[in-house]
Amino acid sequence: LADPVTEEASIGSATPRGDALIEVHPLPGVMDPDAEPVELAIRTMLGVDARARTGRRYDLHGVDTAAARVIAERTFANPVIHAIHETPYHPESFPAGTPREMRIVEVPILDLDDEGLAKLSRSAHLFLSLDEMKAIQAEYRRLGRNPRDIELETLAQTWSEHCVHKTLKATIRYREEIDAGAGRGAPRLAMRNRPGHEVHEVGFVTIHNLLKSTVAAATRELMDDGLDWCLSVFVDNAGVIAFDDEHAVCFKVETHNHPSAIEPYGGAATGIGGVIRDVIGTGLAARPIASTDVFCVALPDRWKRNEAEEKNGTTEGTEDTEIRNELEGAGSSAPDVSSAARDQEVSYAAPPDPPSVSSVLQKDLPVGCLHPQRILRQTVAGVRDYGNRMGIPTLNGAVWFDDDYIGNVLVYCGCVGVMPRAMIAGAARPGDRIIIVGGRTGRDGIHGATFSSAELTDTHADEFSHAVQIGNPVTEKKMLDAILEARDHEDGCLYSAITDCGAGGFSSSVGEMGAELGAEVHLERAPLKYEGLTPTEIWISEAQERMTLAVPEENISKLRVICRRHDVEMCELGHFGTDGRDLILRHDGTEVGRLPMQFLHEGLPETMREARWSPPALPGGGTHEGSGLRLSVGDALLGLLAHPNIASKRWIIRQYDHEVQGRSVLKPLVGGEGEGPGDAAVITPVRNSMRGLAIANGLATGLKDDPYVMTLAAIDECVRNLVCVGADPARIALLDNFSWPSCTEERALGGLVRAAEACYDGAKAYRTPFISGKDSLNNQFTTEDGRTIRIPPTLLISGFGIVPDIGRCTTMDAKAAGDLLLIVGLTGEAMGGSHYRLLYGGDGPPEPPDSSGRLPLVDLERAPAAARAVHRAIACGAARAAHDCSEGGLLVAAAEMAFAGGAGLKLDLAALPTDGEPSPTAECFAETPGRYLLEVRRNDLNEIDEALDGVAYAIIGEFDDSSTLDLANTDLELDIEEMKQAWLGTLDW
Amino acid sequence: MPRALIITTAGINCDRELAASFVQAGAEARLVHLNELMADPGRIDGFDLIGLPGGFAHGDAVAAGRIAAQLIRRRLYPALVRALERGVPMIAPCNGFQIALQVGLLPGPVEGEAWPAQPPAPTAALATNTSARFIDRWVKIEIPARTRCIWTQDLTIDDQCGLLPIAHGEGRFIPRSDELLQRLEAAGQIAVRYAADDNPNGSVGDVAGICDSTGLIFGLMPHPERYTRWTQHPWWTRLDVGDRRGDPPGLAMFRNAVAHAARVAVA
Repeated sequence: LADPVTEEASIGSATPRGDALIEVHPLPGVMDPDAEPVELAIRTMLGVDARARTGRRYDLHGVDTAAARVIAERTFANPVIHAIHETPYHPESFPAGTPREMRIVEVPILDLDDEGLAKLSRSAHLFLSLDEMKAIQAEYRRLGRNPRDIELETLAQTWSEHCVHKTLKATIRYREEIDAGAGRGAPRLAMRNRPGHEVHEVGFVTIHNLLKSTVAAATRELMDDGLDWCLSVFVDNAGVIAFDDEHAVCFKVETHNHPSAIEPYGGAATGIGGVIRDVIGTGLAARPIASTDVFCVALPDRWKRNEAEEKNGTTEGTEDTEIRNELEGAGSSAPDVSSAARDQEVSYAAPPDPPSVSSVLQKDLPVGCLHPQRILRQTVAGVRDYGNRMGIPTLNGAVWFDDDYIGNVLVYCGCVGVMPRAMIAGAARPGDRIIIVGGRTGRDGIHGATFSSAELTDTHADEFSHAVQIGNPVTEKKMLDAILEARDHEDGCLYSAITDCGAGGFSSSVGEMGAELGAEVHLERAPLKYEGLTPTEIWISEAQERMTLAVPEENISKLRVICRRHDVEMCELGHFGTDGRDLILRHDGTEVGRLPMQFLHEGLPETMREARWSPPALPGGGTHEGSGLRLSVGDALLGLLAHPNIASKRWIIRQYDHEVQGRSVLKPLVGGEGEGPGDAAVITPVRNSMRGLAIANGLATGLKDDPYVMTLAAIDECVRNLVCVGADPARIALLDNFSWPSCTEERALGGLVRAAEACYDGAKAYRTPFISGKDSLNNQFTTEDGRTIRIPPTLLISGFGIVPDIGRCTTMDAKAAGDLLLIVGLTGEAMGGSHYRLLYGGDGPPEPPDSSGRLPLVDLERAPAAARAVHRAIACGAARAAHDCSEGGLLVAAAEMAFAGGAGLKLDLAALPTDGEPSPTAECFAETPGRYLLEVRRNDLNEIDEALDGVAYAIIGEFDDSSTLDLANTDLELDIEEMKQAWLGTLDW
Repeated sequence: MPRALIITTAGINCDRELAASFVQAGAEARLVHLNELMADPGRIDGFDLIGLPGGFAHGDAVAAGRIAAQLIRRRLYPALVRALERGVPMIAPCNGFQIALQVGLLPGPVEGEAWPAQPPAPTAALATNTSARFIDRWVKIEIPARTRCIWTQDLTIDDQCGLLPIAHGEGRFIPRSDELLQRLEAAGQIAVRYAADDNPNGSVGDVAGICDSTGLIFGLMPHPERYTRWTQHPWWTRLDVGDRRGDPPGLAMFRNAVAHAARVAVA
C-alpha cells in the first residue's frame, strides 16, 4: 500500500518526527471512505477478509501537545465527527455495534393536554406544531390506540418543514403598511387578479397556499399561454424542460445549511451528494452533467479568531510550512495525503486583509459558531472532494458575504442532468419490489429532516451531531453507474420508479413512492453498517448514498447482475401495494408500525400564518458627497473590485474540476489568461450537438431591505448572466431557493410573501417559468446569552437556458483595441443596497430624504425587452463581448471587461442613458438592474442598431492598446494591471 | 475499424469522453468494467487500442490510483503485457497515468528487453502538487522533438493552441533518480512537457507525460480527451476562425493512435 518512490511504510508506529504528535480518527460509526477500498485491496492481494480503519497522523514542530490539540480541534479535526489522539492509536479491536433486543415503544398521547403535546414534540425532537400534534392525537383516538414511536417518527419526518414546506404552502394573511413617502422605493404590491389571492382591502390579503399561488402559478399561466417546453415542474425531484427533440434537461438546487454550520466539510459534501441523487431520482433517472454551488458566509476578517487561534496566528508561518513539509516530503509519516486533508492542514492561516473592509472593528465569535474562514475553506473542500470524485463538473456559483450569516452559513448545491425525453416520468406499480441500492444504513444522519427544520442554538453541535455526516462519493458513483446501466438495459428500463433516500430516509422515499399504493416493509432486510439499530432507526436513518427503486419481480435478477458488476449492494426491502393503502412496517415478521397512507400524506392540518410588512425607514440620503468623505473615483473603484462579493473567486473555481465529462463550451473563468469572471457556464448536454446549455445564478442580498425588490433584481441578474453568453431568453427556466429566518415572526414572513410575489411578477414578465424550488427556514442562531442572530432574507435564483448555437457564444473579455463599448439599459439614481454604499456609506443628514438611498427596482417592461435585444445582438454576431452590469456598477463591469481582455479603455459617460438624474457617483457605481455592456466593432454599428431596436443604448467608450482605464472629465486613470491585482488579491487563499 | 477498450472501475469518471475521443478519431469504443476483465482477462485480446481513463479509482483511497493499481498488478498485468507486445497503443490520462506508473507499465523495460513476468516495482511517482491543492486549468505544453511516443507525433503546437487542460491534486512527476530521468530523455520517452514557465504542479523536468520505449503506452497528467473540439479551447471566443481549423491537439493524438492501430491490423 506504500509507494516505494515517495513513501515509506512501518508496522506499528513510526518514530515521532516533531515536538508533538496528533492522530485524527473518525469516531465510531462515522463514514471512513478509505476503509472499504483498503479491505478490497487486501482481499484481492492476500485472499483475506480483513477489516480496516484509517486515521491521519500529524507531527508538529514548535508546539507542545496542548497547543497541538488546539490546532487539531481548530483545523484538522472536528470533534463532532473525529477523535483526536495525542499518542499513536492502535485499538485492540474495532468498535462494533451490539445486537439489541427489539422493543416496540408505545407513546401515550391519547390523554395529553396541549402542554403535554407541545412538550412531547420538543422532547422527542419531532418539531411539530401544536395543531399538528392535535391532528395526530385525533387520528389515534379514531384508531383507538396510542402511536408507536416509529409511527410518530414517520409522521414527524413526512410532515417536517424540510419535506412538505408547510410555511410556503400555508394560508397567509398578509398586511402591508407602506407609506409611499417614507419608503425606500418599496412598491405596494398589486395583489388583485392573482390566483389564490383574496383581497380584503388595500394592503390586506389572504393568500391560499403561497407557493402554488405565486411561484407555481406563474409557470402554470405561462404554460396555459403557449409555453410548451416545460415537461415536468414542481412534482419530481427536479424540474424538467425540453432540450431538443430527443433529450430533456433537469435542474435541482438544494440547501444544506444546518449540517454545514456544524461540520462544514461533511455538510457541504453531503449537500452536493444529496442534490446529485435528486437528479438521479428524477423521472427514470437523469445523468448528472453539471453542479453549482453558492455560499453565504460572514466576512472572515470581521470576526476575531478566538484566543487559541490568535496564538497560532503568531507562529502561523512556520507551522504552516512544517506541516506541509511533513505531509509532502519523501517518507512522510502520513501516508494519506488525499485531497480531503490538504486544505485542512493549512486552514488556520490568518485571513488576508481585504483592503476595503479591514478597518472595521473585529467582533467576538459567538460560542458554538465556527470561524467564517474555516467554514468557507471547508465547504469549498467538501464540494470539491465530492463533486470532483463524482466526475460532475462544478461550473457555476457565487459567494455572498454578510455578517449575519455568522451562525448560519448557507450552502446551496445544484445539479443539472440530461435524460431521454421518454424517461421523464415513472410510477411504482402494485407488486413492484422495494429495492434499495447503494450504501448501508447506519445511525448516522438520523433526524436530518427535523433538524434542518429547527433553529440552531449554541448547543446544537452536541445535540444533533448524529445528523451530520461524511459522504462517500465512490459509493454514490458506483450506484450511479449501476442505475444508468439498469435504465438503459437492452430489455428496457428495469424499474418503474426511482427516488433518492434523502431527508427522512426510507420513511420518506418509500412513503412517497407508495403514497397511492401502500407499502409493506421488512426492516431487518436493510444491510446495516453495524448491529444494534432499532427498527425506528433503520426506518428514518438518513445514511447517504442510497436510492429506492420500484422493480417488477421479473427484473430483479437482471438488476442483481448489474449491481454485482459494479460492487453495489442491493436489497429487497418489501413491496408496494397493500390492502387499504396502509404503510406496514415489520421487523423479523412482527408488525412494528402501521399507518394509513392517506393520513400520512393528507392528514397534515393546514397552517394559518400572519404576515406583516412595512419597509424600513429611509436612512440618511446622500453618498459620501454629502457626508464630507473625500474619495476619488479611482480609489472607490479599487475598493469595490477588492470587495469579497465582487473579487475573483478563482481560488474556489480552480479547485473544482469544472471540465470533467468534456462538455464544456464556456468555462467559469474566461479571457486569454483565464482570469475574467464569465457570466455563465455553457456545456453541451448532448455530445457532438451544436446546441448548448447555459447555467447561471442571481443573488441580490444587498437589497435585503425589501425582498420584493431583491427578488426581481436576482431574477434579472440571472437572466442577464444567461443572455450574455448566448442563451435564448425565450428558453430560460428558473429555480427558487429561499433561505429565511424563522417565519413565525410576522415581519420575516411578510418579507417571504414579497419575495414570492416577486417570483410571480418576474417569471411572467420575462416569460421564464420556475420549474423547481426549495426553502430552508429557521436560519437563525441563538447565542449563549440569548441573542438571536437572523440571516438576511436570501433568495437564490438559479437558471439554465438553451443556447441555440454554441458557435455564437460570447464571453465578457474585451476582444480588440478599436472596438466600442455600449451600454444597454438606463442608469438610475437609486444607490440603496449597492456595494458602493456598503463600503463607503451613505449616512448623510436624514433630511431631506435623498432618492439616492432608495432601492433600485427592476423595470418589468424595459428589462425583458433589453434581454431580448441583447440576445439578438449576440445571435447575429455583432456583439463580440457581453457582460452584465451588476455588483459594483458600471465601472466595475467595464474594468472587468478590460482587464479580462488585456485591453485599455477610454470611457465617456456623457451620453449615458439615464432614468431621472443620477449623480456622478450613481453613474459610475449605481447597481441599477437591467443593464448590459457590449463590445462592438465600429463596422457593425448598423447591425447593432437594428438588433437593439426599441431599447435604450449608447456608446460609452472605446477599447485601446493603452494599459489604463480612463474616464472623461474625471481624474480617473487607473492601471489595468493594478485593478486586476486588486480584484484577484482578496480571496487568494 | 479498430476497437478501443476503455477500462472502467469504481470512481473512474473520464471514461465516456475518452471513448468519445476514440470514436471521433475513427475507432469503435467499448467500456468494460475492471471486475469483468479480472474475471476474464482474455477479453483484452480482442481489442486494438486501450484507454485507462481518469477519475478517482476507488476514491483514490490511500493515494491516487493506489488500490486500482494493486488490483491490476494482481489480476491483469499479463493480459495487458500481451496486448502491448502485439502493438496495441494505450493511453492513460491523469488517474490512468497514476495507475499505470504504480502497475509498473511505465516507463517499462529499456529498449530491446522483454516485459518481466511479474509486475515491476514502480520507478517513478506522481506526488501531491507543490501547491498542495487540486488544480483545474489549462497549461502550455511542448512536445520534445525526438519523442518516440506514437501519440504525440507531428502535432501542431503554437502559442494559440499548444495547450492541454489539467485537473488533479497529485500530479507532480518524481522519477526515482536523476539517472532515470536522463535515461528517459535520451531514449525519447518524454512524450509531453509543461512549458517551463507553466509547470502547474512542480513536476521534475517539467514532465507532463511519458511513454514506454516502444512509444505505444502514453501516460500523462493532462486530459487530451477534453480537447477534441475547438469550443473546448479555454479562450476560443478570442481565436480567429482561421486558427480554429483542423484537429485540436487532443484529437490529433487519438488520430495518431487509431491510424497506428489500423496499420498494425493491416500488417
